[in-house]
Amino acid sequence: MATAFSATLPLHGSSQENRLCFPTRLPPSSSFLGSTRSLPVRRLNHAHAARRSPVVAVQEIVKEKKPTNPLLITKEEGLVLYEDMILGRSFEDMCAQMYYRGKMFGFVHLYNGQEAVSTGFIKLLTKSDSVVSTYRDHVHALSKGVSARAVMSELFGKVTGCCRGQGGSMHMFSKEHNMLGGFAFIGEGIPVATGAAFTSKYKREVLKQDCDDVTVAFFGDGTCNNGQFYECLNMAALYKLPIIFVVENNLWAIGMSHLRSTSDPEIWKKGPAFGMPGVHVDGMDVLKVREVAKEAVTRARRGEGPTLVECETYRFRGHSLADPDELRDAAEKAKYAARDPITALKKYLIENKLANEGELKTIEKKIDDLVEEAVEFADASPQPGRSQLLENVFADPKGFGIGPDGRYRCEDPKFTEGTAQV
Amino acid sequence: MSAIIHGAGAATALTTFNSKKLVAPCRTNLPARSKRCIVVAGSDDASKSFGSSSVLSVRRPQKLIANAVATKTDTSATTGHELLLFEALQEGLEEEMDRDPHVCVMGEDVGHYGGSYKVTKGLADKFGDLRVLDTPICENAFTGMGIGAAMTGLRPVIEGMNMGFLLLAFNQISNNCGMLHYTSGGQFTIPVVIRGPGGVGRQLGAEHSQRLESYFQSIPGIQMVACSTPYNAKGLMKAAIRSENPVILFEHVLLYNLKEKIPDDDYICNLEEAEMVRPGEHITILTYSRMRYHVMQAAKTLVNKGYDPEVIDIRSLKPFDLYTIGNSVKKTHRVLIVEECMRTGGIGASLTAAINENFHDYLDAPVMCLSSQDVPTPYAGTLEEWTVVQPAQIVTAVEQLCQ
Repeated sequence: MATAFSATLPLHGSSQENRLCFPTRLPPSSSFLGSTRSLPVRRLNHAHAARRSPVVAVQEIVKEKKPTNPLLITKEEGLVLYEDMILGRSFEDMCAQMYYRGKMFGFVHLYNGQEAVSTGFIKLLTKSDSVVSTYRDHVHALSKGVSARAVMSELFGKVTGCCRGQGGSMHMFSKEHNMLGGFAFIGEGIPVATGAAFTSKYKREVLKQDCDDVTVAFFGDGTCNNGQFYECLNMAALYKLPIIFVVENNLWAIGMSHLRSTSDPEIWKKGPAFGMPGVHVDGMDVLKVREVAKEAVTRARRGEGPTLVECETYRFRGHSLADPDELRDAAEKAKYAARDPITALKKYLIENKLANEGELKTIEKKIDDLVEEAVEFADASPQPGRSQLLENVFADPKGFGIGPDGRYRCEDPKFTEGTAQV
Repeated sequence: MSAIIHGAGAATALTTFNSKKLVAPCRTNLPARSKRCIVVAGSDDASKSFGSSSVLSVRRPQKLIANAVATKTDTSATTGHELLLFEALQEGLEEEMDRDPHVCVMGEDVGHYGGSYKVTKGLADKFGDLRVLDTPICENAFTGMGIGAAMTGLRPVIEGMNMGFLLLAFNQISNNCGMLHYTSGGQFTIPVVIRGPGGVGRQLGAEHSQRLESYFQSIPGIQMVACSTPYNAKGLMKAAIRSENPVILFEHVLLYNLKEKIPDDDYICNLEEAEMVRPGEHITILTYSRMRYHVMQAAKTLVNKGYDPEVIDIRSLKPFDLYTIGNSVKKTHRVLIVEECMRTGGIGASLTAAINENFHDYLDAPVMCLSSQDVPTPYAGTLEEWTVVQPAQIVTAVEQLCQ
């Protein structure tokens, strides 16, 4: 069901005439699925439009607001955010240690420096909202509620991992917490996220259930040159799906600078081209991210459709633990290290008397213990046995077919041992 | 009930299958994509005829060879209704959509247009634009969207307007559809059905004449089935929708207008089983989809020459039904595979390997496989005819194997 696109949110500029708005509004009961845009009557001068674009960077908006409460968060919220970011940072640091000790293998991509984006968005979501990520997914899983134990065990390849050891670092899934992965190829998860948002709309409109679940899709700057990204922006805007596309623009796709690979590096601009708001936000500041996220999530829950949020962020480590990280300029790294999101939040909490050093130290200690315990748990867990090899290939194992003896292969006793011929 | 080919009396006059004679004006209105379809006109005695023109229909009962083709006991002679294959697919789909509100359809032109082969005709009017979703042209994204929807509780039927277009969705089909149940440790199921027409049509050109079963067969975690008659089309469609596994249902462009009488009651066809088309003693012929009809055409000639071929429509392309196939091999000791897939790495190649591996002791002759030529399907009619296996070649192959 499409409603006319209306840009009345504070995310957009106050200028009336440059809004991408539709002249008419369809009645709410219309089942028309599709764009009702018509081209604006006045021809916009391109340069004019660029200067007075309806979409502005959020920093300006936050400054313009004159809230009654000058603080953006309460004490409780502040501590939750702090704990989540500390958890992300400590966990990833522990991963690096464990990798170099030979406890985990393969490709491991760490999230250090980007915690503000994960925490800023995911801490606003409910359990039934969905999150879709990429291979840099440990912290998204943790923020969503997957236990540190389960993630660490998965990284160690143990049976107690969230995916029974079958997925690994790049495939963190949790049905309970609606963490829909974890994808190894970039861009692969975006259509899946679009599908999850489609289900939400379907439940509401076809099954007549009370459903306002939203989906948040996280991906990087490199993905924004991939076709799947654009195809999904189109469909999400077309069907007004409750999805938020979050670009974690850390400026580097392994060794490829964003500026060297993208004709127009301002990714947020690509939203309005498809009929959705595009917002740029400082991704090293969890409070700013949170403010933008609130708007975007509320918009999606109200059925107004998708939002594209570009978070300017930075990864303090290399692309993965196998990356020597030689290409990036030391000055650039230093510049962003000075904007460490955890340090920034700590400063905010203390300066605004929301918390004191002691409380924050307690949280840090608590997280340290949690991560240590997760490692111990993962170490002590068993590795998968042979019997697990053939399970989970099919939801219905009859899919392995009928053997020469007339029995389904999954009925062969050797099947559960993992040694059957399939 | 299997679709049978009558006109056996005309077999003596029709030793070579001249498909050009069977062309008739297309029943479905496909504007820009004008294709010549095989129109099957049902004759009064409710028998099934394939590509009948008045020249070929049976009028000489004294030459009719009753056991040329298999006839299962006609239990639904009095009940049942006659329809075309695309209508059978539609019926199966509609029944499943009625039965479970989570079943939905997505694809290009499936809604308002009714489907480019009319399989989804009328469904958008009945179920609405969201349940029968007209997608933009973005196979990779909408296949992925279907997979994401399946992970979160829906049961999408994803249509590729032509199976060849699903090459664009290979990333999603291979990496997500096939793998996510496993990499998520069994947490998420992906009960999608991916379906569409494929195969060599009537001078559709190379890109619209592809057989994707050979590319998809290696993907772990998916099942593949191919329908060939209205009966098994409806049955397989329903079974695929009800299955918790992702299933790829291959239809054939030239078979949509086959007519058959199917039962009125609710039935499904087992996804993993093969179909016995004609029991026999001398040789096992394994085939699927459109080649079934070339085989049956050749069977008429072979019977007249004194051979007794056993014809099995394997239906399940992945996994193979090694029980039905094995029993047949053990009986006849000779195997001929007839397929439309390419020679290299096709379904026939896998099947040959599977038979050799499992039933080597029972074979009196090497397994022979007739496949399409490893060429991009040419546009010219003559060339196109030579890329695909014709009944005459099948007859020759059987004679060769049975020496």
